[in-house]
Amino acid sequence: MSPLLMADLTVFVLALLVGFEVISKVPATLHTPLMSGANAIHGVVVVGVMLLAADVVTTGGYALLFVAAFGAAMNVAGGYAVTDRMLAMFRSRP
Amino acid sequence: MSAVDTVVHLVYLACATSFVLGLHLMNAPATARRGNRISAAGMAVAIATTAVVLARDGSARSDAVAALVAGAGAGAVAGLIAARRVRMTAMPQLVSLFNAVGGGAAALIALGEPAGGTRAAVTGVLDVLIGAVTFSGSLVASGKLAGRIPGGPIVVPVGRAITALTGVAAVALAVLVVGFDAPSAALYGIAGCALAAGVLLTLPIGGADMPVVISLLNACTGTAVAMAGFVLESTPLIIAGGLVGAAGAILTKLMADAMNRSIGSIIAGGYGTSDAVAVTTGAGSAPVREITADDAAIQLAYASRVVIVPGYGLAAAQAQHEAVALAEALTERGVDVSYAIHPVAGRMPGHMNVLLAEANAPYEQLRDLDESNPEFARTDVALVVGANDVTNPAARRPGNPVSGMPILDVDKAHSVIVLKRSLGHGYAGIDNELYTTPQTAMLFGDAKASLTALLDAVHVYAEGRS
Repeated sequence: MSPLLMADLTVFVLALLVGFEVISKVPATLHTPLMSGANAIHGVVVVGVMLLAADVVTTGGYALLFVAAFGAAMNVAGGYAVTDRMLAMFRSRP
Repeated sequence: MSAVDTVVHLVYLACATSFVLGLHLMNAPATARRGNRISAAGMAVAIATTAVVLARDGSARSDAVAALVAGAGAGAVAGLIAARRVRMTAMPQLVSLFNAVGGGAAALIALGEPAGGTRAAVTGVLDVLIGAVTFSGSLVASGKLAGRIPGGPIVVPVGRAITALTGVAAVALAVLVVGFDAPSAALYGIAGCALAAGVLLTLPIGGADMPVVISLLNACTGTAVAMAGFVLESTPLIIAGGLVGAAGAILTKLMADAMNRSIGSIIAGGYGTSDAVAVTTGAGSAPVREITADDAAIQLAYASRVVIVPGYGLAAAQAQHEAVALAEALTERGVDVSYAIHPVAGRMPGHMNVLLAEANAPYEQLRDLDESNPEFARTDVALVVGANDVTNPAARRPGNPVSGMPILDVDKAHSVIVLKRSLGHGYAGIDNELYTTPQTAMLFGDAKASLTALLDAVHVYAEGRS
């Protein structure tokens, strides 16, 4: 196992633990925006798709890249927008 | 590590911090929106940084950049339009759809990335497997929630055998890829098996289990994104994926507990389709008392404390505005009104709170299970709107399908009015003993129509007296 993989694995496990810690404090009232907001965060996959662009060289690869970029961008843009819309309703009250 | 690489890494670290901070601020309604915006800002910075990295690197071909920009542009527009147009009742299917495309994108990364070494092979296989299952599973879940696919459990003949077969085939292909450097076509084979498994696993799951299913699929997407991060050696993906994986796992556990179901039995699916013997709970066919809208309205108007218990029936009838209008009319008359919200009311975790927030129900009137239950004993009228199993007192006794399920203690209120379409069973498939207790009266009809009738009657009554 390479040192790089060890480091990545460490980061992954710690991220899981931080996630458990932070999210277990969210009240039930906000579970839907929480899920939708977490959903938007995994839209970070769009960064991965961008990195992939450096490696594809075939027509099939371009098609795959297009589909992946479409899905990832829809996830990230729509996810944040809809979460913001929901949370606006929670705040607009006196 | 060059100076630029260092800066890029530090910027990514800052972005990951903003995700954690954003989730942390979600723990209170007052700060939640700011949290989401901080998280979004971090995301924008991460994307911009990656664009700079790509431009400096210069190894991406112009065709690839064109495909990337076109796809991302179209996807972002589609996502924003969907986010703006969606009705709050349709939120679960939209979240599920976003989850599907995110998981799909994660799977495509492993398919597109040229193979290199055992590490990339192992994480790539996991990425494709989890991502593809999530993609097809979330699409089916979204279709079920939207009503495009029948919501009940759909049992595919020999479905389990086929699922098992696809699982075995996927594992065999995975071994070939990891151990024997099989050509990348094998990855497509794994993707195909995983897509089929995702559909077959989700179809037999009934509509009421959806809060658990979409939480679980959310956790899976997070994990798939983290695996894509391993493939690409990209820390932001690993961190964000881990955070979301944890979020999904917690919500899955909370929802499963609140429904009194084990996660395993939900995935096995087919609730109510098993050959379990019909369970009698002792209530049998005891008569229920019916009430007219006028009488119910008078009871509500005279009460000093009213607790509204909204359930799936209210969400399905989209009657949240009528419920809040009635609550406002009662509040105006000086009645102390609150809402008792069970964790699984609605179709996804916390869904009922969003529906009521949309209808402008004051936040301080929304109470969760633990806050509500002590209040019922001093409540004059509990108004149950389309909730069933979560109010069944049988849950306090062992030996029936709802035993041990956390319930709202509606039966402790001085009187109970239940708005319901019929005496039909809830998802547990048993009689609700609440309906036959002496203090309970039933008002049959669609939730929206009944609430409107109640509201009209309260208004007429108020005018008649003044």
